[in-house]
Amino acid sequence: MHDLIAITALGASEPQVETIGGITCTEVANLALASVAARLGGEAACRERLASLVGTVPAAGKAELTGPFSAKWVGPDQWMVGVEYEVQNDIAAHVKAALGNTASVTEQTDAWSAFDLSGQRINRVLELLCNINLSSVGAGSAARTSIHHLSCFVICRVPNANVRILGPRASATSLHSAITTAMRSVR
Amino acid sequence: MTQVNRLTGGQIDRESTLSFRFDGKNFSGHPGDTLASALLANGVRLMGRSFKYHRPRGLMSAGSEEPNALVELRSGARREPNTRTTTAELFDGLTARSQNRWPSLAFDVMAINDRLSRFLTAGFYYKTFMWPAAFWECVYEPIIRRAAGLGSLSMQADPDIYDKGFQHCDLLVIGAGPAGLTATLTAAHAGKQVILADEDFRMGGRLNSGRFTIDDMTGADWVTKVVAELATLPNVRLMPRTTVIGAFDHGIYGALERVSDHIAEPAPGKPRQILWRITAAKTILCAGATERPIAFENNDRPGIMLASALRSYANRWAVTPAKKVSIFTNNDDGHRTAQDLHRLGIKIAAVIDTRPDAPGSTDYEVLAGAEVANTTGRLGLTFVEVRQSDGSMRTLECGALGVSGGWNPNVHLTCHQRGRPLWNETLSAFLPGEDLPPGMHVAGAADGQFSTHGALKSGQQAARRALGLRGRPPAVPEAEDAPVTQTPFWYVAGCERAWLDQQNDVTVKDVKLSHQEGFRSVEHLKRYSTLGMATDQGKTSNLGGLAIMAELAGKPIPEVGTTIYRPPYTPVPIGALAGRSRGKNFKPVRLTPSHHWAKERGAVFVEVGNWLRAQWFPINGETHWRQSVDREVRQTRASVGVCDCTTLGKIDVQGTEAADFLNKVYCNGFAKLAVGKTRYGLMLREDGIAMDDGTAARLAEDHFVVTTTTANAAKVYQHLEFVHQCLFPDLDVQLISTTEAWAQYAVAGPNSRRLLKKIVDPAFDISNDAFPFMACGNITICNGLRARLFRISFSGELAYEIAVPSRYGDALMRRLMVEGEEFDVVPYGTEALGVMRIEKGHAAGNELNGTTTALNLGMGRMVSKKKDSIGSKLSERPGLNEAEALMAVGVQPKNAEDKITAGGHLVSADGPLDAAHDQGYVTSAAHSPTLGKMIGLAFLRNGGSRHGEVMRLASPVTDLTVEVEITSAHFVDPEGERLRA
Repeated sequence: MHDLIAITALGASEPQVETIGGITCTEVANLALASVAARLGGEAACRERLASLVGTVPAAGKAELTGPFSAKWVGPDQWMVGVEYEVQNDIAAHVKAALGNTASVTEQTDAWSAFDLSGQRINRVLELLCNINLSSVGAGSAARTSIHHLSCFVICRVPNANVRILGPRASATSLHSAITTAMRSVR
Repeated sequence: MTQVNRLTGGQIDRESTLSFRFDGKNFSGHPGDTLASALLANGVRLMGRSFKYHRPRGLMSAGSEEPNALVELRSGARREPNTRTTTAELFDGLTARSQNRWPSLAFDVMAINDRLSRFLTAGFYYKTFMWPAAFWECVYEPIIRRAAGLGSLSMQADPDIYDKGFQHCDLLVIGAGPAGLTATLTAAHAGKQVILADEDFRMGGRLNSGRFTIDDMTGADWVTKVVAELATLPNVRLMPRTTVIGAFDHGIYGALERVSDHIAEPAPGKPRQILWRITAAKTILCAGATERPIAFENNDRPGIMLASALRSYANRWAVTPAKKVSIFTNNDDGHRTAQDLHRLGIKIAAVIDTRPDAPGSTDYEVLAGAEVANTTGRLGLTFVEVRQSDGSMRTLECGALGVSGGWNPNVHLTCHQRGRPLWNETLSAFLPGEDLPPGMHVAGAADGQFSTHGALKSGQQAARRALGLRGRPPAVPEAEDAPVTQTPFWYVAGCERAWLDQQNDVTVKDVKLSHQEGFRSVEHLKRYSTLGMATDQGKTSNLGGLAIMAELAGKPIPEVGTTIYRPPYTPVPIGALAGRSRGKNFKPVRLTPSHHWAKERGAVFVEVGNWLRAQWFPINGETHWRQSVDREVRQTRASVGVCDCTTLGKIDVQGTEAADFLNKVYCNGFAKLAVGKTRYGLMLREDGIAMDDGTAARLAEDHFVVTTTTANAAKVYQHLEFVHQCLFPDLDVQLISTTEAWAQYAVAGPNSRRLLKKIVDPAFDISNDAFPFMACGNITICNGLRARLFRISFSGELAYEIAVPSRYGDALMRRLMVEGEEFDVVPYGTEALGVMRIEKGHAAGNELNGTTTALNLGMGRMVSKKKDSIGSKLSERPGLNEAEALMAVGVQPKNAEDKITAGGHLVSADGPLDAAHDQGYVTSAAHSPTLGKMIGLAFLRNGGSRHGEVMRLASPVTDLTVEVEITSAHFVDPEGERLRA
């Protein structure tokens, strides 16, 4: 086992947690991610194998969040698969083994930073951050949107109570600042 | 001063008193007051000076259409010029200052302009400041700039914060008057998501200003009841203090919410204002109507205002500008104002009605068929001269005159997508046209429904129509439903200095002059006279100007037409448009995995796109950046250096036809690249010009990692997606960016292998034989961490790039520094990186500058003729392949002390020194610590065969002319022995 010490996207050894006005923003550091893109002609087979890994293969704008492996739709025949880092830190190898040559799999674990936003009326925070029709967002909705000029994913776990925001890791500080600034803004 | 003009009643909270200052004097008011109503309550009629003639001005209106009573609100950095007193809510401690006057509001020296008005007519500037041309910029412009404008900026940074946000709804209702409230109720009861936005802090529109009843309640009480009900509904969002400023594409409306303008300063962390973008499936515009004035001689004195404003101030705010007032009207609504004022105990000097058949009154005198001929009163109205129906003149003493010329529906938002309003003869007014923004409906007075019942009913009908609701609608509340007709009466005949646009000082005479001088189109009239071009956008003046132009042109008003209404409906602070994107938050930053470590080392950072990269790492004793950079270069070339190159774009290319795909996008061949090997690649644009360069490492038969330059990472990825999706969709290839997933460090220098051997796990042989130049592969380091190793070199030294998951980037850098101590390892930044690549003659952004070809770069033979690739055919164009084509060369000064500067041009040593004899230019230059002098990379005509030639380098920008020698671009290790060592 190697002895290099990881840091979180915000640059600390432990994830950052901040609560403002009953809303909590929690940095998520234990998320492993891999992108899945079906090979040409292997789309159906890829879906079949992906379903056995994550449960239901999510449709456009949706995420499957029920099992240990989650998945969200990111494009036609493309998904992002996630799992807790401690469960499978080499997620790409694991997913590739499951999907075989039906898909191209790329490690995306450290390409992203993730923040969980929870509390009452978090929609008031989200409406200051991104252009999503929050009234139509249900559990399992996944939207790609722009937050503070950054391309992000917003995945709803509990409407108006719990969402996960994924943004580019190198800009985690800016994204976190945008989120907590919006939290302070809410009246 | 006490509130001498405060009446009984009103919707103010008399239980508490607020103190405020205007022009240094202390006053008091109550919650519920605007600054305008509070000033009136304290007997202040004079509130400003006009823009051009510095005429004394007071309130004209009670709403956002106000042209006159503009002030500098607040003080210090929060001072905001041109703020309308009519929309500024009173708060304790408010300070305001009148503007555009000196030394005081009552005595303004610049009022001399009014005496010179004969010369300061429309088009004055155009006619006067024509000659001499030398005066345009040095004399005229400074004078005009000094005289222009009303309020002045604080010249300090705005201390407040602004947010921008997004909302979505089934129905957006704009305006919370009677129509807006019934529309909202209807939609809310149907279960729709509704947003009700109103610019006022109290919803209800003109129901707050009148004495009409709805069912068995006063209008104001009915509003309170309805708003209270709406507030309990989860599907309704009430947004008072919110002005919808524009109707944009795709059902998106801009709305400015004034979150904290009604308090002294925003609470910590809270915004002053929020600029919302509301996406609405349907919209109902219930923006009401604005009363229109009548122009007559000297109609701009403080105390002369719209009759509806007088009524609002009396009924809603319980104030009057004077104890004795007159009304000048051409319609029944003017009489309503007189009745309301009379009931509140204000003496009506007379109602002057232009109609011979005007209704009479037993409470006050009505002068039928009369008109106001002139007024007097230097700083405030004192007398009104009336021309009676029999032609006789009569003087009325009064301190205020309410003017009512009928009502103009507020159609502005219906026109924001170039819709044209339609003229309605019955109302003598423009109504919304048929080409409304998609999804928009109009109701209430904005649609010409001027009775209360008509407004209530039209709001309900519009909501049902917009939402497609079926079934029997609930009964509309009982309210007055008097028929309304409006007979046009725009101005009193014979008047000259009768003000149409009171903010920009445009008179009836100016419109006539515009017509006389040929500026007859409404668009020309607007620009020549500045009619409607002030901050109020002519809400009270446009139609009057059009009507007069129509009369002069002998055309009906609809044939003259209107100018285009454009967003924003009311002024928006620049801060609100910027939102949070200002200062250090102007754009997001990208931090490299070693950023925190580099910061600890005292690195000096440079912005590269959004990235912050370490530029150099100063150490104790170094006082100049050159010392640091030279040291970093020397130490790297002598032993080993480490540089964070994570910012280079990394694109994962997979698929069974990934190699075929790369063969299309790179001009050189990739199909035969062996697994475990890396190759330098050059991408061309369709037109044959070089686009970007980088490497592609083959990790498996169906897996490549492509690197790009930092600057072009996103552009290249976009290009590859375009090529994949649009040009070759039948290739089995999948792309995704992995730039940020991996921390990647260049480890360069003769001791780089020895350093890496200390961390690369023993299972992986990185000897020169096992892992030669351009090798690549997956490895593990530090006893098991997944990593990638590429043997590539930008510096020209024996070098590697090692990548680990980004979370371990910080730890890997620290480990390399510790393990490298025995080799005197040095971290190096982008400056040393640049110096070493120039020494080695490697091209970068300066050379790949959008004009150069592979041939220019000395890589002409890389463009494979054995295959077709993007740009290869057009790179063969004769124009790009001339014998005298620019070729990459090196330049070094003949005198080692001389400078080389990028951007300088090369001319022959003894020929003319001018642009016609230009033979090339320097793209990159640096001081080479290795060679002990400055060197440069350049493009020179036929440069490949001119090595050794002496030329002149001329740079007028840096005032440099030196002799230089043309050399190979490869100053260091031209044979490449070091990187293969």
